[in-house]
Amino acid sequence: MAGSVATSQTILVVGGGIAGMTAALEAAECGKEVVLIEKSPTLGGRTTLLYRYFPKMCHPICGLEINLRRLKGNRRVRVLTLAEPVAVSGTRGDYTAQIRLAPRYVNDNCTACGECARAVTAEIPNPFDYNLGRIKAAYLPHAMAYPQRYVLDPSIIGSEDADRAKAACRYGAVDLDMKEETVELKVGAVVWATGWQPYDAARIQPYGYGRLRNVVTSVEFERLADPRGPTGGRILRPSDGREAKNVAFIQCAGSRDENHLRHCSRVCCMASLKQTQYVHEAWGEEARSTVYYIDIRAIDRFEDFYRRVQADPTVSFVKSKVARIEEDRASGDVILHGVDTEGYHRYAARHDLAVLAIGMEPALRAVEVPPDLPFDASGFIEAGAGGMFGAGCAAAPLDVNRAVQSATAAALRAIQVVNKTADVETI
Amino acid sequence: MAETKTAAYICQGCGIGERLSTRQLAQIAQKEGKMALVREHPFLCGAEGVGLIRDDIEREAVTHVLIAACSRRAKTEAFHFPTVALARANLREGVLWSQPEADEAAGLTQEMANDYVRMGCAELKKTKLPLGNPLAATNRRILVVGGGVSGLTAALEAARAGYQVVLVEKERALGGWAAKLHKRVPFREPHADPADTGIEQLIAQVTGHPRIRVHLGATLLETRGAPGRFSVQVSVESGAAVTEEVGSIVQATGFTLYDAGKLPALGYGKTPDVVDQAGLERLARQAAAAGGAIRRPSDGAEVGSVVFVQCAGQRDEGGSHLPYCSGHCCATSIKQAMYFKDANPEVDTVVIYTDLRVPGSGEDFYRSAQRKGVTFTKGRVASVEPASGGCKVSFRDLILDEDVALEADLVVLATGQVPNSGVNIELADDDPAKAAQVPILNLAYRQGKDMPQLKHGFTDSHFICFPYETRRTGIYAAGPVRRPMDMAQAVEDATGAALKAIQAVENAAAGRAAHPRSGDLSYPIVRIEGCTQCKRCTVECPFGAIDEDESRFPVFNESRCRRCGTCMGACPVRVIGFENYSVDTVGAQIKAVDMPDEFSEKPRVLLLACENDAYPALDMAALQRRVYSAFVRVIPVRCLGSVNTIWITDALNSGYDGVMLMGCKHGEDYQCHFVKGSELANYRMGKIDDTLKQLGLETERVATYEVAITDVARVARLIDDYVAKILEIGLSPMKGFA
Repeated sequence: MAGSVATSQTILVVGGGIAGMTAALEAAECGKEVVLIEKSPTLGGRTTLLYRYFPKMCHPICGLEINLRRLKGNRRVRVLTLAEPVAVSGTRGDYTAQIRLAPRYVNDNCTACGECARAVTAEIPNPFDYNLGRIKAAYLPHAMAYPQRYVLDPSIIGSEDADRAKAACRYGAVDLDMKEETVELKVGAVVWATGWQPYDAARIQPYGYGRLRNVVTSVEFERLADPRGPTGGRILRPSDGREAKNVAFIQCAGSRDENHLRHCSRVCCMASLKQTQYVHEAWGEEARSTVYYIDIRAIDRFEDFYRRVQADPTVSFVKSKVARIEEDRASGDVILHGVDTEGYHRYAARHDLAVLAIGMEPALRAVEVPPDLPFDASGFIEAGAGGMFGAGCAAAPLDVNRAVQSATAAALRAIQVVNKTADVETI
Repeated sequence: MAETKTAAYICQGCGIGERLSTRQLAQIAQKEGKMALVREHPFLCGAEGVGLIRDDIEREAVTHVLIAACSRRAKTEAFHFPTVALARANLREGVLWSQPEADEAAGLTQEMANDYVRMGCAELKKTKLPLGNPLAATNRRILVVGGGVSGLTAALEAARAGYQVVLVEKERALGGWAAKLHKRVPFREPHADPADTGIEQLIAQVTGHPRIRVHLGATLLETRGAPGRFSVQVSVESGAAVTEEVGSIVQATGFTLYDAGKLPALGYGKTPDVVDQAGLERLARQAAAAGGAIRRPSDGAEVGSVVFVQCAGQRDEGGSHLPYCSGHCCATSIKQAMYFKDANPEVDTVVIYTDLRVPGSGEDFYRSAQRKGVTFTKGRVASVEPASGGCKVSFRDLILDEDVALEADLVVLATGQVPNSGVNIELADDDPAKAAQVPILNLAYRQGKDMPQLKHGFTDSHFICFPYETRRTGIYAAGPVRRPMDMAQAVEDATGAALKAIQAVENAAAGRAAHPRSGDLSYPIVRIEGCTQCKRCTVECPFGAIDEDESRFPVFNESRCRRCGTCMGACPVRVIGFENYSVDTVGAQIKAVDMPDEFSEKPRVLLLACENDAYPALDMAALQRRVYSAFVRVIPVRCLGSVNTIWITDALNSGYDGVMLMGCKHGEDYQCHFVKGSELANYRMGKIDDTLKQLGLETERVATYEVAITDVARVARLIDDYVAKILEIGLSPMKGFA
């Protein structure tokens, strides 16, 4: 069989969310060498910031635990955190990746004992809570963080706080002299599992995100419902901390809209259906959830879940693209305006809180890549002829299950590249 | 085999040295634990500490290492010694971080730590270094069952990775559903027009590939064996049977369209001008072959108007048709409407739907159809009747909120996908529905001939994070047999399944477990002479890994085994175990605990915690410094299904005041990583009341809990509540009799 012979047998996986971890582990469990790089200080990605998964209402960190155990037991995956690719050059089978490593200011002596955090006084917005809560500037990202190692926020470097952190550590783990560095990796194939980010809700002008206090995004709502989150799992409104019992879920916030995201983000309908159950769980029969939708896309056996939510007396559905949201200044309530297209009724509906089912856009930006990694007009990675592959939400808006499938497929495509050597041809 | 030499390493870091007497711990390890070598170290996971252990392994010929430091989930990189048997005593999360710092608590805290060291030593001495399945089989060939898009893709992708493939297709031609299509939904931008199916090229790539052998008109007569050594009898076109030896299997047997004949209200069968989506593809192919417009079947007239009825016999709430959505049909109807519009924009095309479901870039395809003039009407179709010169479609228009009717030359019913999944092995043998089903894999397995089904006949994984999790190790479903899906997804799915098939043969060859204990080199060892042929292990194995021989003795197929230990938990005569996890490794820990006498007012509660969810929850509780009772002793278990009731009775007999079991959720939305382990444990513990009564003990002395990994606050509370309960009912009368 013709074709290039891979000069490097290593697979680089960019992104340590569930897709990247999956791609790395699946390849490694086939016997391949993998370098997994993640830009934040911990693996786990966006799914660790979800309270529950649809449709089983199970907890994302349950799967994370299994994946971390797979990782701990497999020496073929080398993990680099606080690591981002700045440029990739070369061709299928022979790529060179420049990886920028940001300083953690904590080395692998760290035992996660937490003394540095106790010593530090400064607090920063918690990036693992969509900045809704605050944490110490020396922090363990979350209870399931891997590596289980603290990180010092760069904002305290040079301050007394940093010195206090260093003094508190009895294991020589705090290293304030760490500098940003760039390393070069030779790899045969690259899996881009760079995931997604929520569409910038402030750009959807009529919904008032950022202006109206009680308009939040669906990803923020996950944090509000999560007992590990900033409110300890109590669904409270940002304006006054009052219990949010009457919640509006606005579908297609940014998605299916040529002014914003052309595509349907696939997960938002199911995510909102799931979130209505958080409201129900929190407030029982007093809960009121209203889902404003165009089409409910509960595909395949998710239909079962949709039916269950439809049967829930605390949940109602309005077929309508919400036109605009205004705030009742006195109460902080949100008032949704629009037309219920089923029967064509105008409404002005008052709710405690509006949750925008925010669309997914690809997160990969600002990396120099060779032309054998094609993107579509929305920035999702398309199939190409080279040795680089998209996985998970870098390739399409996907739910977790499908992102993992996609990552598993991407792992095989990467294996095909590095296996294209004379010896494997004879298997 | 080298002589056993044990060593215990006691870490003093993270405050252990300040709050505990590590001297005392070291003495216990030496005197009671009989460790040959005992060392204390101020920072064991640091380079020096690790180096010390490594030196001892090399120079002192240490074969068994106890690390008494942090949780077994922490510092795994540092404490990685693959050549020795390893045990971890959890002093940090298990004692220090879960006990109050106050001086008056120091006594009980030390007692707890002392016990964990005793338990660690006891476990270590019963543990052997697992060396991998000695019967590892190395056939790396992959069998693909089904020659549609999914099967062709799986075969080609596996072959491209360098693996030999044999593909079996029951029809006399490859191509499956895709070969019946005129065109397919586009995969790439601009997502505007129907695309060529590409099926001829795919078939040519498969048939032309040197590593792929194809059997057409072929079915599987029998599949026996295990990953790395499957032996498959294939009935080929000539009628002969050939044997194919393979290492793993991808089942890509696809779907059958739901029978539109069951939808007389929608006119099917009443007039040939009502067709299903397959029927429309046929008409479109005929038209393309004839070089003209699509004509209606009744009189051959050119179709001037067509109505697409979505969700025909799908999303049915009444229980008579398919309850689910098949996912692809909206896009398929859009594509079919374009067949008409692209040929002649004057043709009226109306799609009647309740929710239009075109996720991702399907939205662009939908937009393109709107631009081409396809009409989309939100409505619910009540009936389709033959009418003069066509069909009359009556429906509720959900926007106008009124009943309306449309006339059309042709009506297309978007019926759903019914998986070709063979026999539902969960049905009783005398169930007439089962008798009507034709097996596909014909597995010579104790637990049935085909893959277990999840829901609605699909053989999908139950796990969101692990879509390829299978209950038949080394056999992976791909495409619409697994879950309703469109062609683009089937391609992706089949590629992923091909990877799993490759992984399965590589794991089997190395003698290691597949997911979720991937890499585990332990495997079940059976003392078959003690077996009473009770068959519990063969019936209860969640993965159907154990067969029976002619004399009804269990036959363990190690490479089918997932190492959960459910068989070990089931075995009433305790002849099943693993090198590093056995009735003895846990039993010895239970017995190693120092049991205070009945006047001490210090109860002892044994907590058997599932290592997948409950144990991490306990660790996280400790990370948050949540305090719980010092009377509990925790032992992690692989799965609650592995808990043998002897542990419970031994514990109670030796004076424990209560036993808590914490496992994953069971029931419909189960969370058990081994499918049935927690459910079986719950069932077994339901029967333990009789034993308790025989012992003269209260039934509260054994309690089973469902615990999620997020139940961080709750685990601590459960322990405290349980200990309070025990203090309320009083200490065990069994103390002192051990």
